Amino acid sequence: MSSNLISVEAIAKRYPQKGGGAVTIFEDLWLRIDRGEFVCIVGHSGCGKTTVLNILAGLDRPDEGVVIVDGKEVTGPALDRAVIFQSHALLPWLTVLGNVAYAVAAKHRDWPKTKVRELARRFVELVGLAGAEGKRPAELSGGMKQRVGIARALAIEPKILLMDEPFSALDALTRGTLQDEVRRICLTTEQTTLMITHDVDEAIYLADRIVLMTNGPNARIAEIVKNTLPRDRDRNSMHRMREYYPIRNHLMDFLISRSTALRDARPGGWDPRNVPVVAPGEPAEEEVPDTGLRAVARQRTAG
Amino acid sequence: MPGPERLRPLALSLAVFAAFVTVWAASTRATGGAADLDPEYAALMGAQVTQGASAMPGPGEVAAKLWSHIRDPFYDAGPNDKGIGIQLAYSIGRVLSGYAMAVVVAIPLGFLIGMSQVLSRALDPYIQILKPVSPLAWMPLALYTIKDSNASAVFVIFICSVWPMLINTAFGVSSVRKEWLNVARTLEVPAWKRALTVILPAAAPTIVTGMRISIGIAWLVIVAAEMLVGGTGIGYFVWNEWNNLSIVNVIIAILFIGVVGMLLDQMLAAAARAVTFPE
Repeated sequence: MSSNLISVEAIAKRYPQKGGGAVTIFEDLWLRIDRGEFVCIVGHSGCGKTTVLNILAGLDRPDEGVVIVDGKEVTGPALDRAVIFQSHALLPWLTVLGNVAYAVAAKHRDWPKTKVRELARRFVELVGLAGAEGKRPAELSGGMKQRVGIARALAIEPKILLMDEPFSALDALTRGTLQDEVRRICLTTEQTTLMITHDVDEAIYLADRIVLMTNGPNARIAEIVKNTLPRDRDRNSMHRMREYYPIRNHLMDFLISRSTALRDARPGGWDPRNVPVVAPGEPAEEEVPDTGLRAVARQRTAG
Repeated sequence: MPGPERLRPLALSLAVFAAFVTVWAASTRATGGAADLDPEYAALMGAQVTQGASAMPGPGEVAAKLWSHIRDPFYDAGPNDKGIGIQLAYSIGRVLSGYAMAVVVAIPLGFLIGMSQVLSRALDPYIQILKPVSPLAWMPLALYTIKDSNASAVFVIFICSVWPMLINTAFGVSSVRKEWLNVARTLEVPAWKRALTVILPAAAPTIVTGMRISIGIAWLVIVAAEMLVGGTGIGYFVWNEWNNLSIVNVIIAILFIGVVGMLLDQMLAAAARAVTFPE
């Protein structure tokens, strides 16, 4: 258990319905994430993937179950988990540097202002915004705003980075460069990251494991796809790799048809704690049950 | 040098003024007196009968009187003859003290209402009922309980300034974007600091808008309130000059009330610009 930085245990979320009863968005959801791992959750809207992320962030509470981060139960938001919001959520009355410094000052409450700004400046530079420190969010393009959002999240040096469709509002070109930046930063700092996305290519490029959620209500994790593309993959040549299309096709098939089919009909012997782990990039490999998680972890530390 | 585009509105503005003054002068011009009046009777009746002068002062008369007020705004020749500057100062003093009290009450209370659904629902009926009441309706109650006409006028200003600020503050606070609050929550910013570093700057434009509406209303109400309580102030000045049948002074008072009102509004407009952020 010790290698699991995050352990999501049997969480459920229900919303009361008019006229009594409750709609179950998802229930009995289990997920473990290792230190340094990049995990993407893919699913259609309404499957509750954002709710899962908000529960991990502590912004939402599960109706059942617990989330354990680094040995401690999540009871609310905390500085060890940073969130990058889809809508970037910058404070518009602060400058770029001010937004990042706000986070730094929240983490290091006893630091003098100059030291706070010094560290904030470093993170602004890290995301390639040197020179724009004094600008207000309204003066920035969508991509630049999200860079500030990333800098603000990284500036508190969190154990876990939580991203809720961070690039979905951006144009394809900007999205690509930001994916490169995120991958570079996460690889060099071994940042544990959980990202929500519905962009299959984004998931394949960034994630070590891709968690597939069925459609809601009553959504669940259908399976976990092991990304077998080499670690030094490149966004522009990734599609020429042998493993790429089998993985992509698997994800697309899931989103197109299996996401509904699997919700309605559970396969026999299906265990929510040990959902099937598949590696479509390796043609010979069979579905590996439980041990798959560990196998990925071992492979990661070896490679 | 401003270009012709900038000069055009100025030219039009001056033309409107010139046209207004011309019409004004023409319509108040003396029409010539009745020729065959008994001189004793004429002496009794004054210029309106002897020279056909209008009871309404012309622009020249108003300008001359205006100049005399501007030259000596602060003279004090007894209770019924004070310079217009003194009268305005009394009014501004009452407005600012009533307004300041309203700020102290309305903004913190509005903050609480905006943050608490329960409080908002609980107080809403009272606000809805009290808000549309003309502030002058409070005057007898104030006079009876406070037993001081000056303090009653200040109270009336307080009660009329409180509602727009209260409602705008509550609205501004309650409609702060949830994601901004979530940012602060994920950074473990304590609640009191969240109120100061997120809610206050986010709601500031709405709050200042409420303050701007309030100062406008307060300045409208003070004239009427001072007509009622009497003694000092620009409202009393207007009423007193009406009783003196000095239309000239009433017109000048209107002008000064307008100028002061504009200045008060502009001050809060500047404050609004300072706290507004582009999104």
